[in-house]
Amino acid sequence: MPHFETGKYAFFIWTAYGISAGMFVLLIASSLLHARRWKARAQAPGAK
Amino acid sequence: MNWAPAFLSNPERFMAFSRWAAPMFGAIALVLGVAGLWLGWAAPEDYQQGATVRILFIHIPAAWLSEFAYACLAVASLLALVWRHVLADAAAQAAAPLGAGFTVLALATGSLWGRPMWGTYWQWGDARITSEFILLLIYLAYMVVRASLDDEVKAARAAAILALVGAVNLPIIHYSVVWWNTLHQGASVFRAGGSALAPVFYWPVILMVLAYMAAFGSLWLVRIRGEVWRRRAEAAALRAARA
Repeated sequence: MPHFETGKYAFFIWTAYGISAGMFVLLIASSLLHARRWKARAQAPGAK
Repeated sequence: MNWAPAFLSNPERFMAFSRWAAPMFGAIALVLGVAGLWLGWAAPEDYQQGATVRILFIHIPAAWLSEFAYACLAVASLLALVWRHVLADAAAQAAAPLGAGFTVLALATGSLWGRPMWGTYWQWGDARITSEFILLLIYLAYMVVRASLDDEVKAARAAAILALVGAVNLPIIHYSVVWWNTLHQGASVFRAGGSALAPVFYWPVILMVLAYMAAFGSLWLVRIRGEVWRRRAEAAALRAARA
């Protein structure tokens, strides 16, 4: 079973995991929004 | 280009393929990531690093992906430059922000591991840290070149040449810990003669590397799809303006 005790290194470990999670959220959101925005424009009436 | 997979040379086939492949890679990334983190956090603390060994489960995959994404960018740039392949150019453009993101993660997580282990967040004299930082600058330069020129064909060509020149940095990053004896330790996972990590740390790292690769694959396909849509929308807008 996982154990989440990080002791005196808590700041470094949780900051590293927080930054990683934040970057993934940013990359996923920006990729999906970019694709959806341009798909909507390309499929808009009069665009074809 | 007969050797290239059919979907690489046909945007319609690529769009059909990526429509199901992108979510599939995303699901694989999620499963592998959960498994890797579960095993990683279930592993005992390292006898030297203590709990900071948990940072390596996200640092090593980010560092690996920063180089892998650049290799993808360079190969796509070569295909775009030599064969004027539109889809390859879109692939190169789409890889850059993802690679830059993974490079930021590699530098940030490495810095947070280095402070308690080395006593410093950053060391300019370290060959691995500095060459990885140069990789980030190359990614940023690539994106700036693409964004700063109005003529998209010229921008793509200039950025592709920059990407190919910048590829020289990849072996420098990889062998920096061999060629120079600076702060960063030598290769411990991907090295000749096998991993130096104990199995209890090795397998979580491998699962997380595969998870990051699957996540990159998923996001890369989504971004290439976005680029294809963007080019279609802009071509349609140009046709409408001329009509």
